[in-house]
This record gives sequence, C-alpha cells and structure tokens, in this order.
Amino acid sequence: MINIFEANETNEMIENENLDVRTITLGISLLDCIDSNLDRLNQKIYDKITTLARNLVQTGKDIEAEYGIPIVNKRISVTPIALIGGAACKTPEDFVTIAETLDRAAHTVGVNFLGGYSALVSKGMTKADELLIRSIPMAMARTELVCSSVNVGSTKTGINMDAVKLMGEIVKSTAEATKDNNCLGCAKLVIFCNAPDDNPFMAGAFHGVTEADAIINVGVSGPGVVKHALEKVRGENFEVLCETIKKTAFKVTRVGQLVAREASRRLGVPFGIIDLSLAPTPAIGDSVADILEEIGVESVGAPGTTAALALLNDQVKKGGVMASSYVGGLSGAFIPVSEDQGMINAVNRGSLSMEKLEAMTCVCSVGLDMIAIPGNTRSTTISGIIADEMAIGMINQKTTAVRVIPAIGKDVGDSLEFGGLLGSAPIMPVSRFGCDALINRTGRIPAPVHSFKN
Amino acid sequence: MKKTIITVTGKDTVGIIAKVCNYLAENNVNIEDISQTILQGYFHMMMITDASKSDKNTAELAGDLKKVGEEIGVMIHCQREDIFDMMHRI
Repeated sequence: MINIFEANETNEMIENENLDVRTITLGISLLDCIDSNLDRLNQKIYDKITTLARNLVQTGKDIEAEYGIPIVNKRISVTPIALIGGAACKTPEDFVTIAETLDRAAHTVGVNFLGGYSALVSKGMTKADELLIRSIPMAMARTELVCSSVNVGSTKTGINMDAVKLMGEIVKSTAEATKDNNCLGCAKLVIFCNAPDDNPFMAGAFHGVTEADAIINVGVSGPGVVKHALEKVRGENFEVLCETIKKTAFKVTRVGQLVAREASRRLGVPFGIIDLSLAPTPAIGDSVADILEEIGVESVGAPGTTAALALLNDQVKKGGVMASSYVGGLSGAFIPVSEDQGMINAVNRGSLSMEKLEAMTCVCSVGLDMIAIPGNTRSTTISGIIADEMAIGMINQKTTAVRVIPAIGKDVGDSLEFGGLLGSAPIMPVSRFGCDALINRTGRIPAPVHSFKN
Repeated sequence: MKKTIITVTGKDTVGIIAKVCNYLAENNVNIEDISQTILQGYFHMMMITDASKSDKNTAELAGDLKKVGEEIGVMIHCQREDIFDMMHRI
C-alpha cells in the first residue's frame, strides 16, 4: 500500500517541481477524406476532426481533475496535408483553404495546436508537395493553431537539397509574412530529417501514413523533477548521477503511461506511444539548461555541455523505456532556446552559441529549436543551417530538426517576445560567411553507406 | 471502485482532521486508513478512502476538499490511487 512519503513525493513533484504531462495528442488519419473537389475535401476534413476529437479536451480535463496531474496541452496531429490535398489543390492558395479548415476545426474542439500541415520530401517533391511548401508562409500567417513541418532528409534516402534550398526561402518568407506578430509563423514551422510518424510534440507532429485511423500519443515532461532529484546528489560520482536520472525518468514516465491509458480508454482510441522527452518551459525551475548546470557546467555552452547532455539524454531513455509499454516519437531531451529560461540566460551571458547548439544536437533530440536569428540573414545561409542539421541526422540515424526564426527588422541584441510556452528569444549571431555555391547546386545528397543494410 | 488518496499538508492547527472527516462523512466517503506525521515542521496527513458510495465523483470531491483546505489554511489533494501506484510500484 502507498505510504505517506510516497504520496508526498508525487505531490511535491506536481506542486513544486513542475511535473506535468506535456501533451495528449490525438493522431487522426485524413486519408479517407481525399476528394478531388476542394470544397468537399474541406468539409470532410472539418467533419472528421470535429467528430473524432470532440471529447478530447474534456477528457484531458477530467483526467487532470481526477489524478491531480496537470495536462498542459491537448493537441491533434493529422496526415501530412500534401498527401490529402494533392488531388484537389492546384495552387498554393487552394492548400491555404485546407489550413484555414484545420484552424477552424482546432478552434471548434478547443485544442492548443494542430500539426500536420506537412510534406514528406526526403527524396523528391511531387507537384502537391511543392504547392504545399510554397503555401506555408500564407498558411502560417492566416491561421493561429496550425503547425507545419517538412521532412527533407532521412538516413535511408539522403537529403533532398532542392527542398533544403526551398525551405531556406520559405522560412524567410514565413517570417516576412508574420513580421507584425513577432515572426510567429516560424515558431510553427519545423524542418526535419528522419521525422517520426508518431511524434506528439509541436510544431513537428503529424500523423504518419503507417499509423491507424486514430491514435493517442502522449508526451511527458519534467525537467524540474530531474533537476530537483540531482540537487540531492550534488558531488556524487557518475554512477549515482545516472541512477538518479534513470529512477526519476521512470517515475515521470509512469505518470504519462497512466494518462495515456486512461485517455485511450475514455476516448475509445488505441494507445500509440509515450514520447519520453524532457521538454522545458519558460517557467522558472522547468529548464533542461538548469539540469546541465546542476550536472556541473558553469553555464550551458561551456566545455563539457555536450557530454552532460549526452548522459542526460541516454539516462532519460533508459529510465523511461521500462516505464512504458510503447515508446516512440522524439524521446530525448529538448534544447529549445526561447522555451527554456536557462538557455536564454546562457545566450545572454555569452556562453551559448549556434555552433555549440549544433554540437549539442548530435547527442539529443531534436535540433536547433526556437532560435531567433538576425532578420537580414540570407535565405541560402538558413538553407546551410538546415543542411548541416539534416546531415547530422542522416549520418547519426536520428531525428534532427530546425526551427529558426529570422527576426525581421531586428538584429543581435534585440529579442522576440512570444509569451506563453513559446517564451522569448534573444537574437543569436549567425556566421557572416555564406554558402550560396553549395545551396545553389541542384539535386540531392545520396544516402550514407551505412543505410545499405539489406 | 478504485481507492482515492487524500493528502493534507500545511501548518499544524486544531481541527484539521475533524474538518476533513466531517466533509467525508457528509459525502459518504469511507476512510480505510489514516497516517499522519510532522515533516520539517509541517503537518502531513494521508488518508486512503473508498468513495464508491459517494454521490460525488473524484473530481468533485477534489474540488470541494481544495476549498475546505483553503478555509483552514492547508493544502488538500484528492486523487485516484493509480497515480501513486504507477509511480512507486513496478
């Protein structure tokens, strides 16, 4: 039987250490909505989402109240829209009508975000893929809750450099299109290598074509809990450090497993996966950077940071894997800049640079995340940043992503204030040396030799 | 019906248990076990209860008990037992 100390420990985590379930994400397949008539397609999409997800938010709230555990976000992911709209959309504007339908459906059911305004182009782009990609700036400007992602590379296929080039331009024009709103469009747009089909986290969530008609994926969190546990083992050796992280990750993930099971049962939708991620928020004490500093680096970005992060990421997985029956999604520590007060502090102190962040992405999920860069950064330079990150993912057989925000009209020293979970982003310097000749080559980078496993 | 765990934490004062027990009796919630301790100067109490005969569900009980706690200056949580079992038992 549970004793008073165990009950206290759980409640202490919730009350004081920001333990929460970050998201319940309902994945919905829209494949059966495909229609060559755009109006009919939009209607079918709206009807399917608002029918399947009508109880999602209330179910989340019920679980929160009964178990006393905050569930921060209730979200929806859908089949990549490039696949769904291909038959009906002849122009980027046609695709934007689907984005508006998704936004309307998301508002109707009351979710925080809806992901899946996406294209999977790791080897080549269909006409529909390209139309969708070209519609992203307008779609992000005209919608509030829709998130977009584009997968431009994988270990199996290599990197589609034509898409990388295009995405550099699209990121820039998305920032331009939303410049009156802190360039917020770019915070809802992520470029992937090896994108998972079952990621519950935004902005990169989409419901892959390998998935069932509907599925519940849950993302757990809890950097504050790990940080607090590590405070108690200050000065101990690595064995103790790693054991502490593992045990904490186990406990955090078990809560996610419980919530996933309950949500699945109540909604009558199968349980997909738990995403074992340490996802920070801008709230004080909910920071991955603080954990790294607790492990022993003076300020994130200092030598030793990559090692500390590698260790953290691995132990979180080891602890979490046993706590859940199915693990998937991104599963690892997130290192967004604007969403983590410790990261913001490190940038402001001058200890953390883009280059160090890139190194850190080699050992954790996901990538260069929520980083504001000067508004005058050239689109080819953005493509270069994307290409580097995609190469890391391709060679290391892991998911990597880029979510950078060119701050139009602003430069290093300024910052973008998003508020809420998106936080605030100090603008970070980008190398002043270009890579136009590289980006302007056409075609793709071949798949690496270690992908030939058959 | 799953068990419900009620925890009370805060500054020790006269009548905490009485107040909580009164509320539970009024709402037909049976108390199966009580443990109580003082940790770092703070009053901690945990009750294992069976609320299957109550007209109120766990969420409603939790909301009411939170208000009871606010009246006497302590924090009261009422949660289904599974969250603790999941976290602390393999």
